[in-house]
Amino acid sequence: MTEHLKMDKVQPRMLDETGQGAIHKPMTRPEGPLKVSGTATYAAEWSLPNMAEGVMVRAAITKGTCEIDESSVKDMPGFVGIYTDRMVRNSAQGTMGTNPVQPEGEVHYLGQPIAVAVAETLEQARDIAQSLAVKYTPADGAKTVMDDSTEFEDDDDPVDMGDLDKAMSEAAFSIDSLYTTKPHNSSAMEPHAAVADWEGDRVILRGSLQMLGFNKNELADSLGIDVSNVRILSPYIGGGFGSKLGISPECVAAAVASKKLGRPVRVVLHRNNVFEMITLRTETRQRMRLACDADGKLTAIGHENWQTNLPGESMAEPVDVATHFLYGGENRRYGQHIARLNRSASGAVRAPGEAVGQLGLENAMDELAEAAGIDPIEFRVRNIPEKSPESGLPYSSNALAQCLQEGAEMFGWSGRKGPKERLEGEWYLGMGVASAARSNILMESRANVTLNPDGTALVQTDMTDIGTGTYSILGQIAAEMLGIDPSKVTVELGDTDLPEASGSGGSWGAASAGSSVFLGAKGIRTKLAERLGCSPEELRLQDGVATGANNRRPLAELMDGPITEEGHIEPGSTSNDFEQAGFGAHFAEVAVNKVTGEVRVRRMLAAMAAGRILNAQTARSQVWGGQIWGIGTALTEEIQHDRRTGHIVNNDLAEYHIPVNLDVPDLDVHFVDERDDQSNPMQIKGIGELGLSGAGAAITNAIYNACGVRVYDYPATPDKIFPHLD
Amino acid sequence: MKVTLNVNGEGRELDIDPRTTLLDALRNHLDLTGSKKGCDHGQCGACTVLVNDRRINACLALAVMHEDDEITTIEGLGQPGALSPLQRAFVQHDGYQCGYCTPGQIVSAKGMMSEFDLGWPSNVSDDLTAIPDFSRTEIRERMSGNLCRCSAYPGICAAIEDAAPEEGLKNTKAAE
Amino acid sequence: MKPFDYIRATDPAAVQQAGGRIIAGGTNLLDLMKHQIETPATLVDVTRLEMTEIEQSENSLRIGSLVTNSELAAHETVRRDYSVLSRALLAGATGQLRNKATTGGNLLQRTRCPYFYDTTQPCNKRAPGSGCQAMEGANRILAILGASDKCIATHPSDMAVAMRALDARIEVESATKGTELLTMDEFYVLPGDNPEVETVLQQGDLITAVHLPAAPAGRQSYRKVRDRSSYAFALVSVAAIVNTEGGKITDAALAFGGLAPRPWRDSGVEEVLIGEAPSEALFDKAADVLVADAKGHGDNDFKIPLARRTMKAVLSELTGVS
Repeated sequence: MTEHLKMDKVQPRMLDETGQGAIHKPMTRPEGPLKVSGTATYAAEWSLPNMAEGVMVRAAITKGTCEIDESSVKDMPGFVGIYTDRMVRNSAQGTMGTNPVQPEGEVHYLGQPIAVAVAETLEQARDIAQSLAVKYTPADGAKTVMDDSTEFEDDDDPVDMGDLDKAMSEAAFSIDSLYTTKPHNSSAMEPHAAVADWEGDRVILRGSLQMLGFNKNELADSLGIDVSNVRILSPYIGGGFGSKLGISPECVAAAVASKKLGRPVRVVLHRNNVFEMITLRTETRQRMRLACDADGKLTAIGHENWQTNLPGESMAEPVDVATHFLYGGENRRYGQHIARLNRSASGAVRAPGEAVGQLGLENAMDELAEAAGIDPIEFRVRNIPEKSPESGLPYSSNALAQCLQEGAEMFGWSGRKGPKERLEGEWYLGMGVASAARSNILMESRANVTLNPDGTALVQTDMTDIGTGTYSILGQIAAEMLGIDPSKVTVELGDTDLPEASGSGGSWGAASAGSSVFLGAKGIRTKLAERLGCSPEELRLQDGVATGANNRRPLAELMDGPITEEGHIEPGSTSNDFEQAGFGAHFAEVAVNKVTGEVRVRRMLAAMAAGRILNAQTARSQVWGGQIWGIGTALTEEIQHDRRTGHIVNNDLAEYHIPVNLDVPDLDVHFVDERDDQSNPMQIKGIGELGLSGAGAAITNAIYNACGVRVYDYPATPDKIFPHLD
Repeated sequence: MKVTLNVNGEGRELDIDPRTTLLDALRNHLDLTGSKKGCDHGQCGACTVLVNDRRINACLALAVMHEDDEITTIEGLGQPGALSPLQRAFVQHDGYQCGYCTPGQIVSAKGMMSEFDLGWPSNVSDDLTAIPDFSRTEIRERMSGNLCRCSAYPGICAAIEDAAPEEGLKNTKAAE
Repeated sequence: MKPFDYIRATDPAAVQQAGGRIIAGGTNLLDLMKHQIETPATLVDVTRLEMTEIEQSENSLRIGSLVTNSELAAHETVRRDYSVLSRALLAGATGQLRNKATTGGNLLQRTRCPYFYDTTQPCNKRAPGSGCQAMEGANRILAILGASDKCIATHPSDMAVAMRALDARIEVESATKGTELLTMDEFYVLPGDNPEVETVLQQGDLITAVHLPAAPAGRQSYRKVRDRSSYAFALVSVAAIVNTEGGKITDAALAFGGLAPRPWRDSGVEEVLIGEAPSEALFDKAADVLVADAKGHGDNDFKIPLARRTMKAVLSELTGVS
């Protein structure tokens, strides 16, 4: 049976009534012992009998065509084959569900996958891939930089409310600033990997993918086969951050080679390939125009952005996504302009939109607060609107003011001074704040929940755990609803033969997959209530005992066999009738070296309001992740392209600088207790990307507060700062 | 080429291409996939193993060069049901998320402790000649060779501090 | 990685006889071999040779070339008397890499220039005569001093910078010349027209040790400016040993990393300082000399003022001038 809910109206707060105590509190991860002992099996670690090894070949030109000369390598030791069929140009965009561009011998950017070299061993395949002769015919007209001469595709119908120019000219205070951000790489620690094997016409692909429901369609479409002939397994994924949303070149290459060879093929991307073949976050230029009256009330918000992507890619970074609903102001204008360049494709990287858009908006807010002579927290609080300023929709819940104010108190904001007023040795100290906001999304999702008479339970769904804690929270939800200890619940994930879930992305996994588990368990509760002779509302399940209508019986007595229910959640009208978002506030204290311009973050605090928190430990870890990504985006992360060829110059982890342990100080996380009744039947909201939204801006605002240097060009590497110091 | 590797106290005979790195020998030939490949160029630390008690990047080592060495991998530190104190502490403090860098972090932490035992200084030690502090800052610097993109660094540090006494850390100011 | 013959050397003579590429720690060589930037046909493993000792005599310290970076940084005498070297080593790489990397190998690290690393790109160092893409490309991390119109690569070592300031000499055993002691100035070759040649070493030559003279008088410091707080190559680094007596600088040795194709030392800078009373004006004058011939290539222009500022800050620290 299926327990189905379309989220059209507010649901009772059941999780406040169940009383098992399996949620809210910190809980360690059930899969933890496997991860810490190295026995959790990631995609590349499947070793199948008679498996061949594949290594990708990358294009050496920016634009043109290529011809592979297989004869150049076929006598090399271990040679098995060179395959180019159906090669995809780059990883698929998230939730695309169809094949990525398959350029068939055309080259659209330097570093593009053009073939896979297959050999008996990895060492042989690597040598063959590097030795393969390729004849290139370069084409004219490659575009490799976004600058003033670039042609842009403009969005057709940008929001333009009131009269921004007039409001700017009449305002008591205004700022008009250009912010730029460099491209970012997801840099999940596990490189993309696939092991493909065919059982007749059906391909079994062990991959590292975030959204199996979409991925199976993308793979089927790329291979030209029916989706029923695709099975994908991804039980453990070594980080995603958007880079594994869509099917990627190694999956298609491994499947094609395996089909031709009739034997399993493993293809693991080299780290350089990950940088080039997998979608990255676009660079952005953001023109911020803000104006306010003498009382510090915003009258105008303008957020216009310029970005890049390959021709034929549908994704655009929604840079202004949070700007639409975060602050008031009657005159509002947006604009998005995309340059089509011959460079690695742009796509979703953790918190697409907010991760960079909030850097522009929240620095501009800081600039305007200063111009108006108002404390940055007070300035933000004054401009929190009653309802969403453009749509006019009510907020499902909005605790931004509380986050800012409670956070300020906890952080010691009152001790903040002005630029260059705190000097410790060579270091200027300062504090900064920024608001966080991240739209909350519910996606269709299904799961099977089985309760056994012995008080154990099983959760099955094709949902993934990319490190976010899915194994933990799905088990906790089932345990809470079924009145058993979480240790009694087994969670099976990452197999497309299981009911289709939302997948991991957009911070919607916990809400969507979680709600499906909630509903499946709710269906079981209904059956147990029937057997006990009470209404589902009366039923109480705790520690394996059912109570209701003056009856009290252990599960084993109520059940003659396992009960399985499918839970099925669908978004409904509450998604359209309310502005749903998580809110928060980031605080940072930094030290800026007055000689070298080096910046060290001293401490950070994130005050987050994201509805009900299911697991205080895994949720905190997600926020830590966001804060640390904030450090990276603010200070160190920057993909550099060669201006002439467009290739990624720093395509490795030595020169693409993600934060190291020493870059990270003590981090505090404060959850503002909340229930969002419009979000889903559990009243929860996404947390994974909220923690990043604005985190970097708090750091750059702190840099300004420390030393008086406003960073307009991210990241704030030493060379951007020291020239402005004495 | 025939080579015998001593891994986790056991002699293992292999016939491998001389190009095989220690990491690929472990992962592809000995079915010890706990040591992870994150970059294959010594830029991430996911492949950290102990060779004669010193931590190294297994991706930048040729298997054939380590014939006489004692190699310890994450599998040699503990298994589910019999986890080492460090492994237990990583679970307890959520010193991971996706788990991919985790074996490298744990083996690196183990190696780092033996470096503390020897009194080795680090780049953040104020006094090079003194016994190093077992402080958060020292741990952070010494663990900076292990990248974690999920950003579990606070949990990693807490786990290391928590497990240190049980792991037998000595010769530091904190242990005095 | 191209196939190679693996030879395990048991004595130095065998190394010369084998005539292949020498491997010890392998932390840079294997990295380059995987990219096929280095493609040796024979690999000679020297890790079994007896070059692992640090020997102290009255007037010098002899560091065996197989001493790992970790062991050297932690050596009691180095920590006490050659702290600039210990600091430089600890500022480089990571615990794991320092445990593997050796003294001899560290001297021979090759550049991190991204065009050297990408085999689809021209590079005069990797493929002589193919051109230099870095000159007008992404050159933020590349050289402002000592470069040529063929190559602007930087030498990435921290250790070698400190050794240059310490007047280290490199002991080389060669089949033709026997044992030689080379100054670092003699050892490293500037790129000129042949950037593929980085040192005077010939095939089969073996670095057996590094000699440090008696511990210098004065104060020592190693300062490294980089993009993240650890595990990053230097934008600019300064190794400095300065002695002051009676209010005057009596000795000064300054070497620089991140600026040039080899650990950089400019005697003109030291001449400005020696014999003078330390002052900000004096440091400015010395900085003028340091960057007199500096040439930026766009992205790396910032290194010129950054080198000045860093050097001055180090001199202030060592002389107590505020």
